[in-house]
Amino acid sequence: MKAAALALLLALASAAALAGAPKPALKIENPGQCIAPTEEMRKNHMEMLKHQRDRTLRQGIRGEKASLNGCIECHASKATGSVLGKGGFCQECHAYAAVKLDCWDCHQPKAGFKHAGAVGVKP
Amino acid sequence: MRLEKNSRSEELLFYALVGVGALVTAVGLAAALYMEHAGHVVTGMNNQVVWGMPHVFAIFLIVAASGVLNVASIGSVFGKAVYKPRAPLSGLLALVMLAAGLMVIMLDLGRADRLVVAMTHFNPTSVFGWNVILYPGFFAIVGLYLWTLMDRKMNPYYKPAGLAAFVWRLILTTGTGSIFGFLVARQAYQSAVIAPMFIIMSFAWGLAVFMIVQKSMYAWNGMTLHPAVRSRMKNLLGTFVAAVFYFVLVYHLTNIYYAKETAFERFILLEGGIFPSLFWGGWLFLGTIVPLLLIYVPDLNQLRGSVFAAAVLVVVGAFCLLYVFIIGGQVYPLDIFPGMEVTSSFMDGQIDHYRPSWPEILLGLGGIGLAFTATAIGVRVLKFLPEDDLAKLESAGHMLD
Amino acid sequence: MTEPQDKSRRKFVAGAAVAGAGLGVAALAPGLHLIEVAGAAPQAPRAAGEPAPSTVRWGMLIDTTKCATGCDKCVTACHTENGINETVQDVRQGSQWIRKIDLKDPKNGRTHSLPMMCQHCEKPPCVDVCPTGASMKRADGIVLVDRHICIGCRYCMMACPYKARSFVHQPLTAQNPEVPRGLGCVESCTFCVHRVDKGLQPACVEACPERAMLFGDLNDPTSEIAKRLAQEPATQVRADLKLNVGVRYKGI
Repeated sequence: MKAAALALLLALASAAALAGAPKPALKIENPGQCIAPTEEMRKNHMEMLKHQRDRTLRQGIRGEKASLNGCIECHASKATGSVLGKGGFCQECHAYAAVKLDCWDCHQPKAGFKHAGAVGVKP
Repeated sequence: MRLEKNSRSEELLFYALVGVGALVTAVGLAAALYMEHAGHVVTGMNNQVVWGMPHVFAIFLIVAASGVLNVASIGSVFGKAVYKPRAPLSGLLALVMLAAGLMVIMLDLGRADRLVVAMTHFNPTSVFGWNVILYPGFFAIVGLYLWTLMDRKMNPYYKPAGLAAFVWRLILTTGTGSIFGFLVARQAYQSAVIAPMFIIMSFAWGLAVFMIVQKSMYAWNGMTLHPAVRSRMKNLLGTFVAAVFYFVLVYHLTNIYYAKETAFERFILLEGGIFPSLFWGGWLFLGTIVPLLLIYVPDLNQLRGSVFAAAVLVVVGAFCLLYVFIIGGQVYPLDIFPGMEVTSSFMDGQIDHYRPSWPEILLGLGGIGLAFTATAIGVRVLKFLPEDDLAKLESAGHMLD
Repeated sequence: MTEPQDKSRRKFVAGAAVAGAGLGVAALAPGLHLIEVAGAAPQAPRAAGEPAPSTVRWGMLIDTTKCATGCDKCVTACHTENGINETVQDVRQGSQWIRKIDLKDPKNGRTHSLPMMCQHCEKPPCVDVCPTGASMKRADGIVLVDRHICIGCRYCMMACPYKARSFVHQPLTAQNPEVPRGLGCVESCTFCVHRVDKGLQPACVEACPERAMLFGDLNDPTSEIAKRLAQEPATQVRADLKLNVGVRYKGI
């Protein structure tokens, strides 16, 4: 099922590439520092993150190798501070592959984010 | 068959009606999209009144969907000949109304995009979880039942299929009622009587919907219902409406008797503004007393359209009762500290106020629109019109009244 | 949560002066509260890779005789810690992880003030009713919402006897990186699970100027909270429901 979906995705992606869609221009901010080789990350990052998220949230396991915040801290653009936006590490590739992400509905996409404004829910 | 020769104006009218239905559905979908995009901040729902207008519509549709199937069950399971020609229409309405109700409730979810999650993650202790199994099961069983009714090859199996559908629908409505019946947190719910009350409500509301649709189809085709059939169905509706009255009475009487619930009952029945008005005026007077008069007073029930009016009023009363039950049950504060006067920044100890917003109402109406459109198309393309064998009915006349 | 595994990466993150995640708090928190708060850190931070232990049951004792009417420092601290910073037009649509409730006994006029939040029940109704299993209880008794599979049906909010759960009614952008929260999902007090896992106290407990809140392991007879619960009378709110809550109140 997943393999089929992946195959379809790859087929679509290569079709898009053939059709001339511009390849994502990814800037790696800290080359060589990743938790696994690039090829493995490209292929498996979603599985790594999914398993980690369930272990961390449901079992309370902390300090895992793969972590979304870890990705963000390392991969956020030095210019924008985020993994989203144009050229953003996550968005650039996901937009190209047409895979929707809902991580960012809840997770903070900016590295080292601290809220500066007024605090508290105001009636 | 009268249906096959359609005049041009009739044809146009049909497409116009379907167009209106589709438009209402589309507006409902657009409203849901807007709610999904902007968040529930654009609705009248909040963290105290967590379920609102979409749930009133959805629960009506789901409860009436299982009830409308009774018409078929009375024919197949209880062997009443008059109801047999009505079974296909009954099954069709059950399917489209359940689909419409589920559409409304699904589109109101905070994460409607996660429908797949709802299907793939199952918590066996959740009443909602049970319903996730009961609803598709209903589609499958009623679909099968319709097949046995409408395909001559499958006809020998209609009895067991009908029985299975009947049992399944009882379980399904028990599940719907238990969504509320198992809630200990709020004063209005947590009562064993809620599940059977929902079942009897489904009997009344489903039959009322069936009679409205049947009357409309007959009027469309220039037919009139045989008086004996009409008389039978109206009496059954009267019985169901009276039974709903009895269950609602028991539900409130038990609450009034329990000291811990009397303040809630005083609110919902006397002092709660819109809720007592809807309860007494909407449900009891319009939705119960007037229909019973229309059905049982001889001078009234012979009037043309009196039974149809009774059925429409039963549906109006249903919406009033559900609004009181669902919204009224939530605006009343939770009794977290019994016996204490409570104040906080978040409605503790206070009556909440809920005003339904347009997106919510439009989403609910979209569900009705979907049910209407699907029914209109269904009865057009397949043979769902209940046709009575008049000669047979006449010869068995003495058995009818 | 984001503690890097290898040294080179650790050096980079620290070097980049990243304030988020574990590092920032570790740098900000030292001494200040840990010394002052009775019992200090509830326990050492859990080692990486270790799941939450089922031997522990986190709980809280709230002394309502100390809790001051009109003080909402615990609420503010919660909002700061958990990034509850959105503005809402209608307060009823805003998130209420913790709220202050004022009580008055009409019989004798006695008043109490207390914070109300998720009571972290042993048998949580929200977990029972959740259709997908998103509402869950961790092995150490902390009740959480797994937002990855929450569909936003709000059934848990109907079921919670404490009105402790909130539904996020609008899109959010300014989340604390350690506390993901967002549109269309239900949320509630987490006992500051991200802090507890690091051996810290929940933010509200630390912020209480009256020291009216005590956090600790109910299962450990040597813990401050267990000792005090053994000596002093404390009640469970809605004890009639027999949910065996983790938050106990003294003085009501």
